[in-house]
Amino acid sequence: MLRYIFKRLLSLVISLAVASLVIFFVIEIAPGDPATFMLGINSQPDTIAALRTELGLDVPQWQRYLNWIGGLMTGDFGTSYTYRTPVAQMISERLWVSLPLAIYALTLSTLIAFPTGIYAASRRGKAGDTAVMGATQLGVAIPNFWFAMMLVLLFAINLRWFSAGGFVGWDKGLGAGLWSLTLPAISLALPQAAILSRVMRSALLDVLGEDFMRTARAKGLTRKQALWRHGLRNAMIPVLTIIGLQFSFLLAGAIIIEQVFYLPGLGRLVFQSINARDLIVVESVVMLLVFTVIMVNFAVDLAYALVDPRLRSRT
Amino acid sequence: MSRNLIIGGLLTALVVLAALLSFVWTPYAHTAMDIPQKLQPPNGTHWLGTDHFGRDILSLIMVGARTSIAVAFVAVGVGMLIGVPLGLWAAARNGGWIDELIMRGNDLVFAFPSLVIAILITAIFGAGAINAIIAIGIFNIPVFARVTRGGALPILAREFIMAARVSGKGDARIAFEHVLGNVANLLIVQATIQFSLGILAEAALSYVGLGAQPPTPSWGRMLADAQTLVSIAPHMALIPGCAIIITVLGLNLLGDGLRDMLDPKLRVSRV
Repeated sequence: MLRYIFKRLLSLVISLAVASLVIFFVIEIAPGDPATFMLGINSQPDTIAALRTELGLDVPQWQRYLNWIGGLMTGDFGTSYTYRTPVAQMISERLWVSLPLAIYALTLSTLIAFPTGIYAASRRGKAGDTAVMGATQLGVAIPNFWFAMMLVLLFAINLRWFSAGGFVGWDKGLGAGLWSLTLPAISLALPQAAILSRVMRSALLDVLGEDFMRTARAKGLTRKQALWRHGLRNAMIPVLTIIGLQFSFLLAGAIIIEQVFYLPGLGRLVFQSINARDLIVVESVVMLLVFTVIMVNFAVDLAYALVDPRLRSRT
Repeated sequence: MSRNLIIGGLLTALVVLAALLSFVWTPYAHTAMDIPQKLQPPNGTHWLGTDHFGRDILSLIMVGARTSIAVAFVAVGVGMLIGVPLGLWAAARNGGWIDELIMRGNDLVFAFPSLVIAILITAIFGAGAINAIIAIGIFNIPVFARVTRGGALPILAREFIMAARVSGKGDARIAFEHVLGNVANLLIVQATIQFSLGILAEAALSYVGLGAQPPTPSWGRMLADAQTLVSIAPHMALIPGCAIIITVLGLNLLGDGLRDMLDPKLRVSRV
């Protein structure tokens, strides 16, 4: 088990190091100098040079990279070129919208996918299975931003149950905050629920054909008992993988959905920063997203080991 | 032939035909504006209605299909051209450092939320169809490398590969003459799936203004235009959305149908 964790930890560190290098150099080759952009094209060269020094842009690339990484590790993400406020503060304000949204959507997706997937597997080949599988085919094909527009049309414009956009803020209470994130969360969750439901079904079907399930039935367990005690636990490996992958899709998908609902989250921050050439913000947000994905995948790897004891001794 | 294959094939053919037809005929010129006729719901003269400039939506959908298909097709092509040789190389050197390097590189690409990087690439290097293709294509590379490697490994252990090796053929020749043909089925199925994901990604990028630029029509752009008008002209949002759904659904069903047909293991289990 320790060796397994160590190996995963090593690959985690390498992944993070390479990812940070890639992000840094992609941003580096971006055309346009932030100092010139901030001061305008008519500004004096010595003013630009002074600002470059102030922003720490006049040191060699490798030193800038090390400064950036060192800063990230200590929570100092630098200062926004445009707003002149600490990037860490900007990100943490936006995270209060994006993170709850991703978690809300993941919860919804799991709540929809588990029962439908289990139901479809238990009714394999029958009308119920066909209906669920048909619905999931449709769910996968629907672009989430279009679905979001349709939800707004129906529930915000026609029925007036929700507001068409914006976020009321958590200071209005947990209920009000969650309510204003409900339509965005549903639109994010739908395609993911469709995928997860299909994975759940096929993982369960694979497990149902295994010898140990027959043994469980022979022991005298009912079909339902065997499914709950042995089937679900064994079907969890592919399901966990997909849930882990989905978290990154949800964070990334939120970027588009935040545009539809005008939510003040990380996605809108990225767009605003790209338009303002506030590359230090872009760099840090992208690194944060990649960091989250890599950490979630690491957590999923560890969860495998807990769910499947065979993996602990392997590798 | 399975039901999936037929329905998927028909839907995909419908979209491809509409795109091809648009080269020689559309009901109206897709750029022709007719302001007095703006925001018309579907009717006898404009079958799918008109947009906020009075342009015919059916014509825009037909020409938009070209954009979607072209971007997704080239992005899949980029992914295959680079990913398949990498996958073959990794399989031929199974367990070696090059295999490790290629596969870890793949893991890394998977760690990047694809849409974020697509947005980053298009935002830094400029919005447009070409950059959208590159952005989507990059994420197809590891997918094809992984599928090719996975498919090639069991093939490389077979006797006929050893026979080819004994007859003096090199790794590259064996890979292209013997392995590629045997993993082609897997690649065709994966290409269909990536194609449908490409259509969705292109629509998302165009929606946020980072895909094909006006006046080139694209379905995502049409949805962006429709957003503020959705309460007074819902057809402007409904129709491009349905076009995307039909295309993606068609390709997904086609992929499922092809897998059922091409994978002998599934064929046997169904019988």
